[in-house]
Amino acid sequence: MINAPVSQRDWDSHPPLIHPPYTSTVLRGPTKPLIPLAHGLAESTGPVYGHESVHALDGDLTRNARRNGEPLGERIVVTGRVLDEDGRPVRNTLIEIWQANAAGRYVHKTDQHDAPLDPNFLGAGRCVTNDEGAYKFYTIKPGAYPWGNHFNAWRPNHIHLSLFGNSIASRLVTQMYFPGDPLLALDPIYLGAPEGARERLISRFSIDVTEPDFCLGYVFDIVLRGRSETPFEGRKS
Amino acid sequence: MSRQTPSQTVGPYFAYGLAAQQYHYPHGQIVDGEIAGEGAEGRIRIVGRVLDGRGELIPDALIEFWQADSAGRYGAEGFGGFGRQGTGTDPNGRFVFETVKPGASGGAAPFVTIVVFMRGLLTHVYTRLYFSDEETANAADPVLASVPAERRRTLIASRETRDGRVQYRFDIHMQGDYETVFFDL
Repeated sequence: MINAPVSQRDWDSHPPLIHPPYTSTVLRGPTKPLIPLAHGLAESTGPVYGHESVHALDGDLTRNARRNGEPLGERIVVTGRVLDEDGRPVRNTLIEIWQANAAGRYVHKTDQHDAPLDPNFLGAGRCVTNDEGAYKFYTIKPGAYPWGNHFNAWRPNHIHLSLFGNSIASRLVTQMYFPGDPLLALDPIYLGAPEGARERLISRFSIDVTEPDFCLGYVFDIVLRGRSETPFEGRKS
Repeated sequence: MSRQTPSQTVGPYFAYGLAAQQYHYPHGQIVDGEIAGEGAEGRIRIVGRVLDGRGELIPDALIEFWQADSAGRYGAEGFGGFGRQGTGTDPNGRFVFETVKPGASGGAAPFVTIVVFMRGLLTHVYTRLYFSDEETANAADPVLASVPAERRRTLIASRETRDGRVQYRFDIHMQGDYETVFFDL
């Protein structure tokens, strides 16, 4: 547990709470200004989920739900580092991931998209960063899928990621996209992130990470809120 | 200096990724709504609903609690202090946490930090839950004092007794006349 003060949320990097092109924000995003809160112990501490929370196959979505064979689709490896804003590695922090299968279908019971489920693919996993803040997981490249936001709306290929970092203030849920996806320019969720920031959500293809005769490699680095430059004004217990 | 990775919505399909057992998927999850186990001294239940700008139930929100133990300590041995619940499995659309009332420290009233995620929320929001039976401590709490007086009630969970147990009710209003106070923390 780290009790250092945490830097502020950088609202030039994060989407606004109401973004009308993404229609469900209109009735769900708070309308009143957020009230500033000086950080105390509650904000500078957070839950700790490290290696003990991850099992052997959790980081390999191509293997963690096999029943009678391999999942269908393009096998990929996704790797990167979790860093704070000063470039310090965020060590031993849990990343939870979930995604659609290669056909663009989620295992989720309410996903009614008429695309096949894959009996050998669940699309959920976990991994933990190492001492360099690095993580890696194997999966199947997720497919695009339609959604009801507007006529002919399709989500670009993406993987959901949930991270804790060193405090509850550094909590982040985000989505990783793929380079060159033509749907990005049409997606109100991706476009909800400010210009100049949203590009950080796109992973980079890497031939160096690509594993010969096995899978394509993508690199996705994640930057969490780091330590504050302002003095810690929190209460002491 | 690197810039923060932007937030994106948790979307409608987080259940099998973040709360699999709660939603009856046949694989593991790291945590549930039981922050304090059965038999914990002073165990309480906290229940609530999440409502949209039309006052309608939001059945696909994900709620996380982060709190001190009953002595006011964060991350103390034997008390994780963290819980997670989706609003999609309770017949009344509630989240239900089993926990203990956190201890107070440093002149603050006891409170729980709540993190709110849902489809339609591109960036998660934080709020705090205070307890209706802590009137004196609440009146002296500096964070509550920073909130406009007419909105403070949105942060107070109301105590009731249910089946002989202490329960607190805390609805989260995303918008509207009772819009919950959310903090920029």
